[in-house]
Amino acid sequence: MEQPVLRVDHLTVRYGKTCDYCRNGGKLTKNTCPHCKTVWACNDVNVTLYEGEILGIVGESGSGKSTLMKSLYFDFGITEGKGYLKDFENGETDIFSQSLQQKKYIKNHIMGMVYQNPVLGLRMDYSSAGNIAEKLIAAGNRNFGKMNERIAELLDAVEILQSRKKEPPKNFSGGMQQRVQISKALANNPAILLLDEVTTGLDLSVQAKVLELIRKIRQEFNISIMLVSHDLAVIRMLADRTIVMLDGRIIEQGLTDQILDDPQQPYTQQLVHSLL
Amino acid sequence: MIDAKHYNFAFLDEGSKREIRRSILKAVAIPGYQVPFGSRELPIGRGWGTGGIQITLSIIGKEDILKVIDQGNDDSVNAVNIKKLVRECTDVEVTTDSEKATVIQSRHRIPEIPMRNDQILVLQVPTPEPLRIVEPKESVTKQMHAEAEYSGMWLSLFEDLTQYGKISISSEYPVMVEDRYVTNPSPIPRYDNWKLNDSETLYLFGAGREKKIYAIPPHTKVVSMCFEDVPFETEDFAGKCCRLCGATGVYLDELIDEKTGEKVYECNDTGFCRGRRMRYGRGE
Amino acid sequence: MAYVAVTGGREAIEQSLKLLEIFRESGEDITISCIKENMGLLIDKIMSEAGFYSRDYAALALKQCEGSVEEAVFLLRAYRSTLPRNYYSNPVDTSDMRLIRRISAAFKDIPGGQILGPTYDYSHRLLNFSLMDDGDLSDSAVSAVRNGSSEEKLSSEDEEELSEDAEISGGDIRCGRVTDLLKADGVMAEVEQDDTEPFDVTSNLLTFPAPRSARLQTFARSDAGFLGGVAYSSMRGYGAVHPTVSELRCGYVEVCVPYVLDEEDEICIGEILVTEVEALVPSHTETDEDFDKMTLSGGYGLIFGRNENKAIAMSIADASLETTGDSPSQDEEFVLTHGDCLEMSGFISHLKLPHYVTFQSSLDRVRAKGEKR
Repeated sequence: MEQPVLRVDHLTVRYGKTCDYCRNGGKLTKNTCPHCKTVWACNDVNVTLYEGEILGIVGESGSGKSTLMKSLYFDFGITEGKGYLKDFENGETDIFSQSLQQKKYIKNHIMGMVYQNPVLGLRMDYSSAGNIAEKLIAAGNRNFGKMNERIAELLDAVEILQSRKKEPPKNFSGGMQQRVQISKALANNPAILLLDEVTTGLDLSVQAKVLELIRKIRQEFNISIMLVSHDLAVIRMLADRTIVMLDGRIIEQGLTDQILDDPQQPYTQQLVHSLL
Repeated sequence: MIDAKHYNFAFLDEGSKREIRRSILKAVAIPGYQVPFGSRELPIGRGWGTGGIQITLSIIGKEDILKVIDQGNDDSVNAVNIKKLVRECTDVEVTTDSEKATVIQSRHRIPEIPMRNDQILVLQVPTPEPLRIVEPKESVTKQMHAEAEYSGMWLSLFEDLTQYGKISISSEYPVMVEDRYVTNPSPIPRYDNWKLNDSETLYLFGAGREKKIYAIPPHTKVVSMCFEDVPFETEDFAGKCCRLCGATGVYLDELIDEKTGEKVYECNDTGFCRGRRMRYGRGE
Repeated sequence: MAYVAVTGGREAIEQSLKLLEIFRESGEDITISCIKENMGLLIDKIMSEAGFYSRDYAALALKQCEGSVEEAVFLLRAYRSTLPRNYYSNPVDTSDMRLIRRISAAFKDIPGGQILGPTYDYSHRLLNFSLMDDGDLSDSAVSAVRNGSSEEKLSSEDEEELSEDAEISGGDIRCGRVTDLLKADGVMAEVEQDDTEPFDVTSNLLTFPAPRSARLQTFARSDAGFLGGVAYSSMRGYGAVHPTVSELRCGYVEVCVPYVLDEEDEICIGEILVTEVEALVPSHTETDEDFDKMTLSGGYGLIFGRNENKAIAMSIADASLETTGDSPSQDEEFVLTHGDCLEMSGFISHLKLPHYVTFQSSLDRVRAKGEKR
């Protein structure tokens, strides 16, 4: 079988002390232990991502989908679990137990992240060029001219005019900010792009353009994408495969068409029907 | 007032001086690394050069000859004041001749005449942390140094070039020491940065208020941070010369002639200028 | 010419020092003992910010610098640098304090009693013009102000009470802490005895996160105004700490050093006057709604001399650093690096030094930018 670009085994992220009850699989209220109040934000999650595919992750807020993404990008520390990247030591070493330096290397070279809130991914007061340069510098580039050539390519790819590269993202509209974030995430040709609710909060017409851009980028860069959204329309448009999360667990997964047209789980059915 | 009956040689007690010398040794062993030290209070204000003074007081011996300059000037009030303090509590000889001095304490300049390996230059540092301009928190900058994570510094240079086409850092232009630590050369002009590289002399940097000592030992590799394709620029005095001694290729002070209202230039290093005038008979 | 002022520095400084002498001159000389006795609270303030306990030298410093607090602190700190450290004292036991004042705002009555002692808290702040007639200290109005009582003739009953009081104050007053009662009652979290060697900020660079001993030492030496501002901001809402003063006590404690020949034994080297404050703050445990688990935790203040507001401010600042949030009072590095009297006044005053080399360098850059455009 084809080696996945990313594999996550038994990922758990929890907050609280835990007790005998919840450690031994006692029933939780949503994602929280009724006795010790421990929050199980991600609970024994297994994910694989294959080359060139877009994997959708859908669920309501509190389902653990954003926690999963941010854990993968090392923004949150995890409690248990292992992760493997094809491009990091040939997928043989757990990425979560790496040193800070190694994690930085992974974030700069193998993965790119786009946050729902651009403030998390951008330096709002620096120029757009500077924002992209930050990634290039972190990867060891020290040639001003060459960096600017690369920045020009990236701005073209996300359809931002070269004339605006000196402007800081704080002057930009929401859709433009997401474009800058995407170009920054792509700066060092990563194998994987993580997109966390990137179109949430944007106008419908702007949303459509950003989604179209993502589709174009997947083809142009032959990149694997993990896409978190609460919006089934976004998932239907982009995702090849889809994972449904609820209360920190994966409850259903499969080809996107299958999940949306013939949901097996009551929750997924409810989700799909509420949309139609 | 600083009499031998009530005060020790070189003001500080021997224990304190030994402690500071140990910090200096550590600094010399790790070029460019900021060594924390137990900065003592002195009769001169914190922020007025007490880091440099503590180094000078800790290393000075009875045989030493001291020169103190401020902004390149031997007669500047602060230089005079520091010289007076050190002289009163040590009774060492003081001089304005940088070739005669064994210890030179300086604020904002490195003397024009190249220093030798039997001399030490002590520089007073207000802000030892070069990364302070990109990160205000000490706990964060300490970690950045530990990980040699200098992207933020490079990014600020990149931003300057993008926005202005030039780098806007004037003095205290950051340097990379031995390819390891980004270091603040103290607020010397960019003009003096090259003197830090592969020098004959030992440079000691003291920051009293911030409680840090660091060093650039002789023959250390010191490179001003700049991109491969954008050369480092120093202050430009091309076509200008000192109106007193005629020197070119030195750091000049810009003055307005009171009579003519014209812009004129004088050597910033007053000791150097005086020496030239004595030698070529253009004395005062 | 513009920069002539910086040359000929030697003579200028000498003349400047002479001018200071003239400004300090007065018809009648003030004695060290006079300053010590009349300006006790000022002496206390200076000793606490200098981190140097000597009433005589504090008075000397004040006399020498026209009464400037920052200069006096400066003189003492500088002098301290010249003294060898021969000993570190053993921990001082403040529960064995010989009290001159002790109050609790948390309880109406406390075992051992509330002892009001000397305080301006309940005086009327009216300029007392009878003090204008200097010299005559036996003046009745002066003594009335000093005692805080009117001159009414005391009845025999009052006299009896007074003599009882006098007996008490004649002997040493010592009593246990209010917090001991709360701990016994289980409402206050028991704190483990921590015998780690305290961090000494006077001989080490503070690193962050700082150990609590370093925080407390920094606060104890901090500028009273700065610390007050930090505490005030926290109480007003930039932060979360509005404490109850469990106990404020002021009195004398013994300072002992280990005996050289026998480490078990100690030698008392004298008494110092201190103010100690323990403040109570509700602390939430797991979740904010969990009222059952709410206990009280404490903020601590200990300052040289009679320095009540600073001690209270210190206890608030201490408690505030135990909370999390974005307010200045909750930012450890911010609070601990900007409150030292000497460091702040030194760096601010250094702006008076010439900066023309760096300014020339800046000019060069400003002009370069102009050329580019």
